[in-house]
Amino acid sequence: MALDRSDITNIAELARLAIAEEDIGQYQTELSNILNLVEQMNAVDTDNVEPLAHPADAVQRLRADIVTETNQREKYMACAPAQENGLFLVPKVIE
Amino acid sequence: MHNLTLAQISAGLEAGDFTSVEITQHYLDRIKSLDTGDNGFNSFITITEENALADAKAADERRAAGNATQWTGVPFAHKDIFCTDGVLTTCGSKMLGNFIPPYDATVVANFKKEGAVCLGKTNMDEFAMGSSNESSYFGGVKNPWDTDRIPGGSSGGSAAAVAARLVPAATATDTGGSIRQPAAMCGLTGLKPTYGRCSRFGMIAYASSLDQAGPIARTAEDAAMMLNIMASFDEKDSTSIDQPKPDYTASLNNSIAGKVIGLPKEYFPENLDPAMAKTIRDAIAEFEKLGCTIKEVSLPSTPLAIPAYYVVAPAECSANLSRMDGVRFGHRCEDPKDLSDLYKRSRGEGFGKEVKRRIMIGTYALSTGFYDAYYVKAQKIRRLIKNDFVAAFQDVDFIMGPTSPTPAFKAGEILDPVAMYMEDKFTLSCNLAGLPGMSIPAGKVNNLPVGLQIIGNYWSEADMLNLAHQFQQATDFHLDAPQGI
Repeated sequence: MALDRSDITNIAELARLAIAEEDIGQYQTELSNILNLVEQMNAVDTDNVEPLAHPADAVQRLRADIVTETNQREKYMACAPAQENGLFLVPKVIE
Repeated sequence: MHNLTLAQISAGLEAGDFTSVEITQHYLDRIKSLDTGDNGFNSFITITEENALADAKAADERRAAGNATQWTGVPFAHKDIFCTDGVLTTCGSKMLGNFIPPYDATVVANFKKEGAVCLGKTNMDEFAMGSSNESSYFGGVKNPWDTDRIPGGSSGGSAAAVAARLVPAATATDTGGSIRQPAAMCGLTGLKPTYGRCSRFGMIAYASSLDQAGPIARTAEDAAMMLNIMASFDEKDSTSIDQPKPDYTASLNNSIAGKVIGLPKEYFPENLDPAMAKTIRDAIAEFEKLGCTIKEVSLPSTPLAIPAYYVVAPAECSANLSRMDGVRFGHRCEDPKDLSDLYKRSRGEGFGKEVKRRIMIGTYALSTGFYDAYYVKAQKIRRLIKNDFVAAFQDVDFIMGPTSPTPAFKAGEILDPVAMYMEDKFTLSCNLAGLPGMSIPAGKVNNLPVGLQIIGNYWSEADMLNLAHQFQQATDFHLDAPQGI
């Protein structure tokens, strides 16, 4: 699968990654090479094969819907790069 | 003192030969003189000197009070992928260059309960994505066997630190070979347990269906001692499996006579360097002397492991790493003009090239219209890979082959991403199938250590450690140390 420049721009947009204009060509080559590697899978017929999501075919455990963690708001907020009055700060979203 | 194994340190503390403060200070002095500066190994991102000395003092007091366990006061290090409450945890990334977690990973908490002494956080490929440690934001790590060479990755810091005797053992993680390959390249014993054996809670996620924690140590006995603490069932990790946990040191001395070892022909391909193949076959012959029998087996889906892995791992990483958004923690760009700009520039600046490549591959593979062709197809291939192993383990107890196709290569030697991915061709299958895999020192090629990979059936870690320990009682490859160490 050969990706073109617009594919790279679209993927970067979906992934919310700013990439430099001058790097697009390199990503185009590298990601196309990786996809070529990946597409070796297509040589195998897997029509009747069940997908394996968990190595032990286990399902997610459920737990009772009860509070188990104590409130440590200040401790968690201390990790935030920008905050005010105990709230995360982001650029204005709604005009 | 730094040539003591974990087991010997534990016994020495118990006998009163030295205190935890003494041995902790000894290792800290070694780290400061050998690991830092331009000529240092750079195997640590953070040295937690103050905490370590305080923990060592507390451990000595606990011992004096008669409450010590085998681990109380024993020094070790954590890979910088494990969250440590109040201690910088970077995952090798600029993105988390300022991240001080508000909680401990379960693996970290397990060591703390024992009163073990963590000396610091080891260097690693960024977000555990790499096979050479060269993708770390904090610089590459020198291989103590040849400082022009890489130590392997992603747990390159843990491996180099143990090989250089800066710590007796270290925690590590393995998503596609990240414990076994650096252990092989640094002449060490590394074990990736069965998926679900160690808790992933607080272990920064790369590919959640593949990630598993395990030890890097010098001997199988030490790896067993590490796994005794690392392994635990954890309600906080929904993929943790509630399986009885044996004492991994208890069965080390069992006889291995009569065990059947399978050699897959796919692990000895025609293009494998003859010197590597001979070293591995010679090591396997030692098991025959110990009473094991050898049988050829086939794992025909082996060549599909790399293609399937480079869908599953990037897809899961693109989802896992979406939490790094510049809002709640981690790197945030200057003066974002809107929310989209905040996300894009924070992530664009915070992630390195290899991480961006894998996020983009994963994003593409999961995007509308491609999900079945890539992710579902890869999961079907995973089933085929698992089925190969299930069939092989009908006939054999263990599977063996080389851990990596070559010994440690030179820093900067492999620049092409796809060529780098080939380094993991023998290790990826274990992760895709969820099986335990191990690497033990098996001799040298061109004066560089070579690792023998042992793959066991599900939950057979105790048997694998037994097998490796018996090999290490009969051989001395694991005693070999880098020159000048």
